[in-house]
Amino acid sequence: MSYLLQQVLNALQLGSIYALIALGYTMVYGILTMINFAHGDLFMVGAFLCFLSVVLLKLPFVPVLLVSMVGTALLGVTIERLAYKPLRQAPRVSAIITALGVGLFLENFTLALSPYPKHIPSFVPDMSWMLGDVSISLLQIVVIACSLVLMVLLDLMVRRTMIGMAMRAISWDKTTVPLMGVPVDLVISMTFAIGTSLGGVAGVLYGLAYPVIDPYMGIMVGWKAFISAVVGGIGNVRGAMIGGYVLGALEILVVAFLPSTYRDFVAFGLLLVLLVFRPHGILGKPTVQKV
Amino acid sequence: MKRAGFVWCICFLVGLCAAGCGEKAPSTIRVGVIAELTGDMPAVGESCKKAAQLAVKEMNDAGGVQVGDKRYKVELFIEDNAGKADQSASAAQKLITQQKVVAIIGPNATRYAIPASEIAEGSKVLLITPWSTNPKTTTDAKTGAPKKYVFRACFIDPFQGRVLARFAMDSLKAQKAAVLYDVASDYNKGIAEFFKTTFEQNGGKVVAFETYTTNDRDFSAQLTKIKKAEPDVVFLPNYYSEVPLQIQQARRLGIKALFLGSDSWGSQELIKLCGNDCEGYYFSTHYAPDTAAPAARRFIQAFKTAYGGMPDDVAALTYDSFGLFRQAVIEAGKIDRQAVRDALAKIQKYEGVTGDMQFREGSSDPVKSAVILKIKDGSFVYFANANP
Repeated sequence: MSYLLQQVLNALQLGSIYALIALGYTMVYGILTMINFAHGDLFMVGAFLCFLSVVLLKLPFVPVLLVSMVGTALLGVTIERLAYKPLRQAPRVSAIITALGVGLFLENFTLALSPYPKHIPSFVPDMSWMLGDVSISLLQIVVIACSLVLMVLLDLMVRRTMIGMAMRAISWDKTTVPLMGVPVDLVISMTFAIGTSLGGVAGVLYGLAYPVIDPYMGIMVGWKAFISAVVGGIGNVRGAMIGGYVLGALEILVVAFLPSTYRDFVAFGLLLVLLVFRPHGILGKPTVQKV
Repeated sequence: MKRAGFVWCICFLVGLCAAGCGEKAPSTIRVGVIAELTGDMPAVGESCKKAAQLAVKEMNDAGGVQVGDKRYKVELFIEDNAGKADQSASAAQKLITQQKVVAIIGPNATRYAIPASEIAEGSKVLLITPWSTNPKTTTDAKTGAPKKYVFRACFIDPFQGRVLARFAMDSLKAQKAAVLYDVASDYNKGIAEFFKTTFEQNGGKVVAFETYTTNDRDFSAQLTKIKKAEPDVVFLPNYYSEVPLQIQQARRLGIKALFLGSDSWGSQELIKLCGNDCEGYYFSTHYAPDTAAPAARRFIQAFKTAYGGMPDDVAALTYDSFGLFRQAVIEAGKIDRQAVRDALAKIQKYEGVTGDMQFREGSSDPVKSAVILKIKDGSFVYFANANP
C-alpha cells in the first residue's frame, strides 16, 4: 500500500509539470489554431532563467518564480509578434515550420551561451518526512501545490473574467469577434504571455525537482506535454490539465507494475488506442465543419 | 555549334583540374579527433581536446615525428560530434575525405564511437577510441569478427563489469544489488549486463534491474521500485550528468544503500553537479590521478601547467592514444593509412600514462588493469587496483 502511495506521489509531481507545460500548448492552439512547437524550448528558457536568478541574483523561491514567469512571458510575446503574427493568414504548415525554427533558434542560442549542463543549487530547503514507509519531501509538496494553485487560478480566469471570455470568444469564432470591439491582437498577446509564463513556472519547478539543466532539455518534455494536451483535448484548458496528469500517471504506474523497459511502449501505446477511439481527446469536442 | 563549344570548354576545365589534383606527397602527419564538445557530455569532449592538443604540441616541439629518415610535424583537426550519433559518423566522413587524415582518435562515448568506427572500418582508416569500453566498438556487427581498423586504448566492459561485481561482493560485502541504467545507450546497457552476470555467478542476487531512456530526468518510479527491493548496493553505470540526479532522488526517497559506479563517473563535473551527495561512493576507472608512475606524473604536470586542472581518465587515455599512434607511425616508416594501421596491429606492449597495455595477437583491445576510486572530500582518491 505504501509502495502505491509513493508511486502516486511521484505521478502527481511528474504530472503537474506536464500539465503546466501542456496548458501553454492548449491555450495557444485554442486561440490561434496553431501548435507552438517552440513552447518546450520556452520551458527550457524558464529553467535557465531560474538558474540565473538562483546563482547570480541569489533570490529566494517566490522572486525566482516571478523572474522566470515575467522573463518567459516577455519572450513569448516577442516571439508571437515577430514570428507568428505575420503568418496569421498563411497556411498552417508555414506557421508550424516557423515554430520549429524558433525552437531550434532558442536551443542553439542557449547552447552557444552555455554548452555544459548546469547545476541549480537547491533554493528550497531539502526537507522530507516519512509517513510510515512513504517519503514526502518539501520539494514534492511545493511542485504539486504550486501547480494546482496556478491551474485553479487559470481556470477561474478563463471562466470568470472578461479577458477569459475574450479568449474563449476568439477561439470560438475568430472572424466575428473583432467586429464586436474586442482587441484581438491584445488578447492574443495576453494568451501567449500567460501560456508561456506557465511554461516558465514549469521550468522553475523542473529545475527544483531535477536540478541539472541543459539547452536540449525542453525537447523531450515539450513533446510529452504536447501529447498530454492532445490527449486531454487540444484547445481545452481543463483537458490539458487532465492530460498532463494522465500521462504522468501512466509513465510512473507502468514502471511501478511492469518492467521499466516497457514504460514508453505501454504508455504511448495506450494513448494511441485512446486517440483511435476518441480522436478529439478526453475533453475535446468533435469539430464540425459547416459548409 | 555554340552548345558543343560550351561543352568542350567544360571538359577542358575538368581535365585541367583532374590533372592538377594528383596525389602529392604529404608534408605533415594529419590526425583527426572527434570529441563530444557540445551535447550531453561536453566535459568529456573538452578533456579529450585538451589532451590531444597537448600531445600534438609535445610531438611538434620535439621537432616532429621521425618517419623514415625525415621528421614530420603533426597537424591536428578537431571535429565536434555534438553528442549525436549521426554527427559522429559525418565527422568521421569529413575527416577522412576532406581533411584526408591518416588516423582518427575518438569519439569517446560508446554510443558515438560505434557509428564513427563503422565509417572508419568501411573506409579502411585507422581509428583509436580512447575511452569506449563496450566490446561492440571493435567488433563487426554482422560477422562478430574483430574490426581491422578500430582499436582502443582502454580495457573493455566484460573485464570492468567483473571487477565491479567482485568489488561489490568482496569489499562492499554486498549480497543484493540493484542496477539502474540507460537502456537506450550501448555502454550503460552492456556493462549493466556484464555486472549482473558476474554478480549472480558469484552467488549474489540482483534484486532490481531497472531502466530508463537517455535524457530522462525523473527516476522516481524506478527508484521507488529499487527501494522496495532493499538492495545492499545500487549500481549506476551512467554518465556524469545523470548520476547526480539519480543519487539525489534516491536519497530523498530514503534509499540507504551504497552507490557504485563505472568509468563513466570519472569526470570532475560529477562532483560539481553532485555536491556532497556523492561522498563516500566508489567507482572503477582507468587511472588514478594520485598515482606514482613517473610517465604519468610527467603527463599530469604538463597538463596542469598547460590548463590548470588535473587531467581525468579521458585526457590520460587520449594522450595514450596519441602515444600509440606516434609509435605506430615511427614503426611504419611512412605516412600511409594502411602502413600505420599494420604497424599499430603489431604493437604487443605499450607503457602508457594509464599503465601497461598488452595487445594480444589479433585483438585490438588492450589487456589493462583498472583502479577503484573513492569520492572523498569532493575529490577522487585511489582506493584499490584490479588486475586482469
